[in-house]
Amino acid sequence: MKYEVPIGPIHPALKEPIMLKFTLEGERIVDVDVIASQNHRGIEWIGMNRNNPVQSIYLSERICGICNFCHPACLVMAVEEAAGIESPERAEYIRVIQGELERIHSHLLWAGVAAHELGFDSLLHYVWMVREKVMDILELINGNRVTKAIIMYGGVRRDIKDEHIPKIKRMLDYYKQAFGKLAKLFLEDKTIKMRTREIGILPYEEAIKLATVGPTVRASGVKKDVRQDMPYFAYPDFEVKAITPDMLTGETIGDTYDRIIVRLLEVKQSIEIIEQALDEMPPGDILAEPKIIKLINQIKKAEGEAVARYEAPRGEDIHYVKLKSGFEYLYAWKVRAPTYINILSWRPMLLDMQIADIPIVAASIDPCLSCTNRVVIVRNNKEEILTADDLHRLSVKKTRRLLR
Amino acid sequence: MIPKAFKRALWVFHVNSGSCNGCDIEIIAALTPRYDVERFGIRLVGSPRHADVIAFTGPVTSDMADKVKRIYEQTPDPKVILVVGSCGISGGVFHESYHLEGPIEKIIPGAKCFYVPGCPPRPEAIIQGVIKAWEFLEGVEKK
Repeated sequence: MKYEVPIGPIHPALKEPIMLKFTLEGERIVDVDVIASQNHRGIEWIGMNRNNPVQSIYLSERICGICNFCHPACLVMAVEEAAGIESPERAEYIRVIQGELERIHSHLLWAGVAAHELGFDSLLHYVWMVREKVMDILELINGNRVTKAIIMYGGVRRDIKDEHIPKIKRMLDYYKQAFGKLAKLFLEDKTIKMRTREIGILPYEEAIKLATVGPTVRASGVKKDVRQDMPYFAYPDFEVKAITPDMLTGETIGDTYDRIIVRLLEVKQSIEIIEQALDEMPPGDILAEPKIIKLINQIKKAEGEAVARYEAPRGEDIHYVKLKSGFEYLYAWKVRAPTYINILSWRPMLLDMQIADIPIVAASIDPCLSCTNRVVIVRNNKEEILTADDLHRLSVKKTRRLLR
Repeated sequence: MIPKAFKRALWVFHVNSGSCNGCDIEIIAALTPRYDVERFGIRLVGSPRHADVIAFTGPVTSDMADKVKRIYEQTPDPKVILVVGSCGISGGVFHESYHLEGPIEKIIPGAKCFYVPGCPPRPEAIIQGVIKAWEFLEGVEKK
């Protein structure tokens, strides 16, 4: 008998509201439907009707609090191209460092959430403790832990000073040491391997067909990375290579385990990029036009349109901007966040899986929104309510069953 | 003060009413080893029926308004609301948007709210907010 399980939109822990509808046959998932819009705040409308372009930078930072550098960076890139603003080379290097620091913090955050979804809470706490080191550095160079407010049209607002560099290097050394332990915990642990190997497979063809982006597509063996294909900022100097799981294991399956491998290797790659950027960072200005009024007038007079692509921790982020001469706000602004595309891959991943696999598979694409609070199962016209705890318990139960 | 104050452990139910995740990750950061409020027995729970405190983040979008109200009604008394982040207080950067029903006090009038301003607030500020909420609940219990 088929029955439907709606999940969401309210759920505890670190998750945004979204609703998922699963059609089940026993434990097996036969269909998945996603209902979004609970988190719609009308940001593009505000950018086109209320804010001047400089205010919109700080607004775009609040599209997502986790990847709060990628959206403003992408917007700034688009506006700079449309208005013909050039930023100094030092600023481009600082932008790269900021972007990679964000990638480290975002991937570690995800690793913790993934461990939690498997019922491995001590690992969640360990990973978040490790993550605090990069948060300290973000606070040191930006003045705030989460939202950074660092990027500006034509440069960045705060420099990385000489006294910061040894501290950043110490943090990188710490992560190089921690990496071995993290890799051992995530890749060799029996529990994690059992719960993620061959679970939530996204085949190569399917990944291309759905236009999946970021670590999700790279875990399926597609070598796609904006930093490699269309380098922006100072990335042409770094020769970034897209990371696929076969670099470590020699084979690509495209399952949840492979997505863990890709993210772990990307943390390592980010460390290398920051190290190189710190060594090669040229001296000079960090802002092309320090007077904001002048800058706003320059953008107001500009006419043109541009599309910018940025490799956010979750995948390719795209901003489209149109400027019209004499128009106070952005004339048009369209944001395409990576999760919007990746959510579609839940369907091929979850089909034929079990209810207990929902949390980890859903988390494996690193959604900027996810699920699990009140699950209502309508079985034989009798309603049963499953809370996130119940789902969590199911997940833990499956781990134990497999361990036996 | 602290040992006495924490003789009753607060259980918090966290609701994201359309926030940007910035406050949400700071709430988790407050629970994990650096700030570690779990040592005081403060923890996130999976159901509003188990909670003493409801932590709301986000400016309350139109889709979430009735859910926010229902969650408040499902939580047993005595209860308090902890509004984390500026957008739950006034709409923050999202004020004037066409898809907002918030702020929280407009959705649930008359509820006892504690506000933690900041965009996002630091984990220390969130902990202070929880302590304020505890002091209130302790006062209610004495009566």
